[in-house]
Amino acid sequence: MAASSRGNLGAALAVFALLGFACCAALFIAPDEATMHAIQRIFYFHVPSAWTAFVAFLITFIANIAYLVTRKPKWDWLGVSSAEVGLAFCTVVLVTGPIWAKPVWGIWWTWDARLTSTFVLWLLYVSYLLLRTLLADPERRPVFSAIFGIFAYLDVPLVYFSIRLWRTQHPQPVILGGSGSGINAVMLRVLLLCWAALTALMILLLRERYRLERMRHETDELRFEIEGRAADREMAGKGRG
Amino acid sequence: MKNFESLFAAYMFVWAIFLVYEFTVARRVARLQAELDRLKEMVRHN
Repeated sequence: MAASSRGNLGAALAVFALLGFACCAALFIAPDEATMHAIQRIFYFHVPSAWTAFVAFLITFIANIAYLVTRKPKWDWLGVSSAEVGLAFCTVVLVTGPIWAKPVWGIWWTWDARLTSTFVLWLLYVSYLLLRTLLADPERRPVFSAIFGIFAYLDVPLVYFSIRLWRTQHPQPVILGGSGSGINAVMLRVLLLCWAALTALMILLLRERYRLERMRHETDELRFEIEGRAADREMAGKGRG
Repeated sequence: MKNFESLFAAYMFVWAIFLVYEFTVARRVARLQAELDRLKEMVRHN
């Protein structure tokens, strides 16, 4: 137990150090962008947060399918944990985006395809988590939320391809964007470093959140056992009476 | 530095969102651990 706790603390400190280093690289090592200058440095956490949210939602999608196929609770726990962690990253995207947009576009927000589909994605996963709290039946809750989770994931490709399919205020892709796209080699390395740091943070948060879900299941089982024993004692008491 | 306030605000929000989220998860784990210990004790005494 103590070794496991020390291991968790070590992992948390390593992720914290990696995030700190990534922050320094984004602020001081990456070269200044020619037109936007300092404000462009939001890019190093805005874009990787979106990629990390996509990875988290992909894990939810796979876990939801695995739950419907196997009906093993561990897939349900993974699905809800990953959805919640992904939502935290999606929130970072939706908060940093307008802060970047205001000085560059002159507006905080516009209802273009990329921004709208990202906001809908955030709403879908908020609904996924709310749905679980509204379903009291422990048998139906994982089934309904798995079906809803699979449906919610359909918005992820829509978010990704929105800037390729429609004309948007949001800039065109700089990575894998075809001819004319691409970024400076140092910028790319810093971007990948930030993504690695955020992915490590996602894994750390996901482990912790999964542990919470497993403990919740264990608590429910113990409550059920205590109630069962109490009912047995009551029946035995009535039988003697 | 132009737009320094916006850049600073964005980085502060990134850290704040993750720290607040981690704090809420840790608090829920601690609360559930206490409940779990209490239930285990009840099972042992029953």
